Amino acid sequence: MSLSNPLRQVLGAGPARSGVHHWWVQRLTALALVPLSIWFAVSILALPGFDHVTVTAWMGQAWTALLLVLFVLIAAWHSKLGLQVIVEDYVHAAGAKTLLLVLSAFIHVLAAAAAVFAVLKVACGGGA
Amino acid sequence: MPSRPLSPHLSVYKFKYTLTTSILNRFTGVILSVGFLVLCYWLMAVAQGAAAQQRAQHLFSGAPMKLVYLALIFAFAYHLLAGIRHLVWDTGRGLERSQSRASAWLIVVTSLALTLAIAWALWGRTP
Repeated sequence: MSLSNPLRQVLGAGPARSGVHHWWVQRLTALALVPLSIWFAVSILALPGFDHVTVTAWMGQAWTALLLVLFVLIAAWHSKLGLQVIVEDYVHAAGAKTLLLVLSAFIHVLAAAAAVFAVLKVACGGGA
Repeated sequence: MPSRPLSPHLSVYKFKYTLTTSILNRFTGVILSVGFLVLCYWLMAVAQGAAAQQRAQHLFSGAPMKLVYLALIFAFAYHLLAGIRHLVWDTGRGLERSQSRASAWLIVVTSLALTLAIAWALWGRTP
């Protein structure tokens, strides 16, 4: 049984029964990002240089590639959830809000796909 | 939609440590989102080859960029520590006012110290 009136439900105003899921995934990704982001920062800082040979040798290691893929996927997810809350909190115009949410979702998927593709290409020796 | 006042009212809140640490967490999160996009761009450039990587790194080098990196490093350190603080809160611990005030100071001071340490590790040793 819902306490909101039928018109409100049709308009989509009020709880959509998905708030806890968003909160939970935000925490799960945050928890995963604690070790992953520390690993990422430490291994970037430990690189002797940022030339192509050094970086591709680093990315080519199996564990580096695996952790990098996990890091960019989970970071993209966490970032998407975080920006979504900020847009929902501060952008009140319905049109602008929807536009920003769609744009943010698309950019995050694009960035994550590009990063995963890039890491796999280097790691699997696609030649570059 | 009828125009009712909508929370959060950032401009009318009294400035306190609770508000400061909270909004800093959001702000550093946005900075990290931008940094994440740059990271993805850099990874793509690395995959494209040495020339593309050099172009990308040239684009993000130079003296003024050091300030941007400094901001990014602080954002990383702060958001990581504030995130851990939130995860601890989620277990129901550290919510008393005195504990929360202490942890607020702890994450601000530690993230500033971490920023300085990382900046020194990056740029301090090389002449």
